[in-house]
Amino acid sequence: MAVKLDKVDVVVVGSGWAGGIVSAELAKDGHKVVTLERGKDQTRSDFIGVKDELRYTNRYEMMQNLGPETITSRVSINDVALPVRTRAEFSTGTDLGGGSVHWAGSVYRYRPFDFEIRTKTIERYGEKKIPEGMMLQDWGITYDELEPYYDKWEKMAGISGEPDPLGDNRSSDYPNPPMQESPAIKLFKEATERMGLHPYQMASANMSETYTNPDGETLNQCMFCAFCTMYGCDFGAKSDPLVTVLPTAVKTGNCEIRTNSLVRRVLHQDGKATGVLYTDTRTGVEYEQPADIVVLAAFTFTNNRLLMLSEIGQQYDPETREGVIGRNYHGQFNSTFLGARGFFEDKKFNMYMGAGGLGGALSDYDADHFDHTDLDFIGGGGIELRQYGDGAIKSNVVPKGTPRWGPEFKDKSVHYANRSLIVWYSSTVLSWWHNYLDLDPTYKDEFGDPLLRITYKLTDQDKNIAKFGIEKCTEIMEEMGADIIDQDEVPDEFDHLYSGQHYAGGIIMGTDPATSAVNNYLQMWDMENLFVVGATAFPQFGSHHPTPTVAALAYRAAEGIDKYLKDGGGMLAKAKQQNINV
Amino acid sequence: MTDPKQPNNDSQGMSRRNFLKNTGLVAGGLVGGSLFGGLITNQVTKNDKKPSTDTENAQHESYEARIFFSRNEDFDTLAAATERIFPETDVGPGAIALGVPYFIDRQLASEWGTNGHDYMNGPFPQITEVEQYEESDVDQNEQGPEAETKVPTPTPRYQTRMNRGALFLEGLHALQRTANEKFDAEFKKLEGAQQDEILDSCESGDIEIKGISSNVFFDLLLTTTIEGAYADPAYGGNRNMDGWKMKEYPGPRMSYLNDIDAEDFIVMEPESLRNYQGH
Repeated sequence: MAVKLDKVDVVVVGSGWAGGIVSAELAKDGHKVVTLERGKDQTRSDFIGVKDELRYTNRYEMMQNLGPETITSRVSINDVALPVRTRAEFSTGTDLGGGSVHWAGSVYRYRPFDFEIRTKTIERYGEKKIPEGMMLQDWGITYDELEPYYDKWEKMAGISGEPDPLGDNRSSDYPNPPMQESPAIKLFKEATERMGLHPYQMASANMSETYTNPDGETLNQCMFCAFCTMYGCDFGAKSDPLVTVLPTAVKTGNCEIRTNSLVRRVLHQDGKATGVLYTDTRTGVEYEQPADIVVLAAFTFTNNRLLMLSEIGQQYDPETREGVIGRNYHGQFNSTFLGARGFFEDKKFNMYMGAGGLGGALSDYDADHFDHTDLDFIGGGGIELRQYGDGAIKSNVVPKGTPRWGPEFKDKSVHYANRSLIVWYSSTVLSWWHNYLDLDPTYKDEFGDPLLRITYKLTDQDKNIAKFGIEKCTEIMEEMGADIIDQDEVPDEFDHLYSGQHYAGGIIMGTDPATSAVNNYLQMWDMENLFVVGATAFPQFGSHHPTPTVAALAYRAAEGIDKYLKDGGGMLAKAKQQNINV
Repeated sequence: MTDPKQPNNDSQGMSRRNFLKNTGLVAGGLVGGSLFGGLITNQVTKNDKKPSTDTENAQHESYEARIFFSRNEDFDTLAAATERIFPETDVGPGAIALGVPYFIDRQLASEWGTNGHDYMNGPFPQITEVEQYEESDVDQNEQGPEAETKVPTPTPRYQTRMNRGALFLEGLHALQRTANEKFDAEFKKLEGAQQDEILDSCESGDIEIKGISSNVFFDLLLTTTIEGAYADPAYGGNRNMDGWKMKEYPGPRMSYLNDIDAEDFIVMEPESLRNYQGH
């Protein structure tokens, strides 16, 4: 029997950006909040003196231990899924602050087109542009409606940046000036300007200057130390929940954070959530935490799996295309972030320096900024040249045709260690009837509960947009003057590599309960006191990295939850029937 | 050679005062005092530190020993194979001089070698399915992001009940067996070209290894060899930071704030994690 704890106003599952923002906002509003994190506690002291590439980049120190639980993966609905067993194949965040601690810090807002992609595609190109089986949906919220929440997050997180020349309406500038330009970024910008494109310094969650946010939390200036993506920041110079929303939440006296607390079920009765069941991973003791509101703000996979294990909502069935839980699963897999790599004989770059959010970017091939009439895909993406700061194990790229080992490989890998740059296309990913999530029939976790099963196939849309992006990146690399240019290849198949952490959908937002699981406050249509916050709400990927949109939606959800608690319940948005033929 | 423990020249960087200024501590923005307390202490300690002596380095080397491989001949086979993969050339030392075999030995004795963080529950698919699955992987390895230009990651869609340590033993025994069958000699005693021939067949999946396709073992061996050449010397490879010196990699540094916009390439004498931690 689970130990029953005292009831609180809100229980939040997960402590990353999504859970951290909801916890801080509701605690500031005076609600009693308990935040549950499956992983261990961690602080910045854990990151001092551990600039160790092998341990963090190659051995995935900060990633989920897959021993007790992983995912299974297959391509087609007729395949048998196999477990993804190693962290080299599947790395996702855990511990206090979640994946938001070791993120890179790329900051992009999604575009007005992204939020109304179905309506705007039909307006400009007609219904026929949308292929059969593509579950293209509007989000049920517009850019203008979400803009204030983006603005709020950028100020809280201290984002460094300058306006995108092709950017959308903003209510204010970024709170911090843009990051410094490195010679590699300058080369990218000068080349693309000559081509008539519109480069700018990408916005970053690394601090260009010391910054104190509206909650009184101070972040320090970034040192460009390069141990950034896959690492926690030892300087407190990368915006993450550990240095912002989590201390803000705790300071109110209204939020208690419990680590090592693995939530296994959402408890519910008569159509309402009553709390959660969790296990203390150190002792094995089970606890029941009752609450008026349950917020699922874990990673995409956990949010979906918890609803399925708790039997909440109707599971999506690809055969009938009915049901909403697990529907519209999508992510930036191996058809994204493709481009061209250039090798320079006469130039060497200090690529061992850098920061996760350091880079040049351009939006000329983003969203619907270019005419798709004669193109065989919908949507677009950003082009980037990033300077993450490469470790010595990572910087082993050689031109195509070089042997993979032996003296020639060795000498060339050393020669080109500081002579290569890559430009890539961070493209949108759309949703399809055959890509979805459900529970695996065979493989189990340490408690005997089924693992989450992923069914994912690349489509012509994915391959065509990738090909387009690779061509554009190649043109840029040519203009940059590379001596050797290697183009990435368009993959034939999904490669079962879950290493980029940009996976979304399954509990998507919208206006019609037949095709969405949550409304635009991320409140479940089927259970009004259950909110599911995160990239799970994306009906399809926008044209960029996801984090700011997750954060903006979290602010929106927190506002809705506060209203729900103050008004004594009820649906926060009205359901509408839509005519979507999927 | 400059001693690696010497605090570096101005290119690394920053005086303590500048560091404080740039991080906003002077302005009173102290958030996690323990963090900066720690860093400052480390930095001061580092500055006070006497350069290490050759004796100290020699002592580190003298304690090197196998802790995973029980048979000497397995270790010899491993060493010979890594040296073919990453040989000594005009550019710098090869795998053996860099300590790569010891690096791999220690890795296999660690929780990585026993797949301590991996999902190792069954059922494992029938062998025919495994082969089919691995074949499709072979194709997939030739596609995708930078596939041809990147050292492959050890991602063979790990579907074997063996852990990495066991897999390495099976793989090395297979190399040895092939050496006996083809050339009637120990792998380590073969000519370089003969060793390469065996490694080539291993890479293309043509050597029989129980439970896995041999290219899976080869990719793991290749990746681990590269890691051993360039991981921090604390792990037993990259001896004397010679791997880093070869590619002009500076090791872990506190800050590049003053150099990030520098036009020229900056060569710094490398520093290791041991130095960074101020031990």
